[in-house]
Amino acid sequence: MSIVLTPLDWLTMFGHFLSLSLMAVGGAIATAPDMHRYLVEQQHWLTESQFSASMALAQAAPGPNLLFIPLMGWNVGLNAGGGLAAGWPAVALALWGVLITMVGIMIPSCTLTFVATQWAHRNREMLAVKAFKSGMAPIVIALLVATGWLLTGNHENPARDWPLWALTAATTLIVWKTKTHMLVLLGFGALLGALGWI
Amino acid sequence: MRPTSKSDLFWSFSWLALQGFGGVQAVAQRELVEKKQWLTREEFVEEWAVAQIMPGPNVVNLSLMLGDRYYGFSGALLAMAGMLFFPLIIVLVMAILYSGASGLPHIQGALRGMGAVTAGLIAATGLKLLPALQRNPLGVGLCGLIVVLTFVAIAVLRIPLVWVLLGLGGLSCAYASHTLRLMQTQSAPQEPRP
Repeated sequence: MSIVLTPLDWLTMFGHFLSLSLMAVGGAIATAPDMHRYLVEQQHWLTESQFSASMALAQAAPGPNLLFIPLMGWNVGLNAGGGLAAGWPAVALALWGVLITMVGIMIPSCTLTFVATQWAHRNREMLAVKAFKSGMAPIVIALLVATGWLLTGNHENPARDWPLWALTAATTLIVWKTKTHMLVLLGFGALLGALGWI
Repeated sequence: MRPTSKSDLFWSFSWLALQGFGGVQAVAQRELVEKKQWLTREEFVEEWAVAQIMPGPNVVNLSLMLGDRYYGFSGALLAMAGMLFFPLIIVLVMAILYSGASGLPHIQGALRGMGAVTAGLIAATGLKLLPALQRNPLGVGLCGLIVVLTFVAIAVLRIPLVWVLLGLGGLSCAYASHTLRLMQTQSAPQEPRP
């Protein structure tokens, strides 16, 4: 896919990511549906398969799962430069896309978090701050468990997918009750998958 | 305990991020609470609550908050850089390699297997933090009820997160505020009457 992006287009994209930043409550993944709407459906800067590959790769890579965002910038830049085959100019544009999307999505939310948490820490003896932390504690714990649940729920065919569920359940128990290294478990999961057993 | 230096801060967060396949939440708890012991379980839950409610990726928020706590603004930038720098390079390399190997069934299978393990890692992290609720002013029973209600709202009813945070979260914080105020008035020394 090859597209042309004017400086104004880059600026609009930067603006769009700036505006999405403050909407990412509960994690960057919350903004994924809107990025799909904007980049794929409205602007046609990204193909459907580039979008889903960006999501899957960011899940598989180590690090925060917001990494799907710079990957989309990377792909938009590559498309604007004529694809990987076009060589270094395309890679330079792709890196420019990474920079635009990352800086755009980070600046507003990080500034707000920085200012707000400094305030909360200075006023940590204040009743409202204490009440917020105590009141939210059970909710954030439940959110972690629910996230795990939702990630397994993605497989829609129980007859075929039960081994995946079993693997998730076993991992939950092992991590909860033992100190097994997480990389060992991930490697084991990758191996089972590569062998086609799950 | 706290980081011994700024470079300790940077490398600790880099190492933490590099272990986090499919998300860093699970590793953050293990590294910061169990291994490095920079935070107690209770402190972790409190910081996590703030990181979760602020917009932006919550593990990045967490690194920003802790970095700032230990070394101010430059610490915040360093911790965040640690969280993002190496993972960003790796994911870009993977994207380049993937464009040549996307069709291989082994790669797809390995991704599927790692996805299932990731789900278990995150769920277990939540379960491991449950004991942090024992000293919560809401009381163990009410905390348990809120945990179950939140889980059902998100995982079963699929209610958007923002409504759960505003609704259940608002009620829970309001009740916590009420309880804390009661505790304060009870423990405050009685003013001698003139």
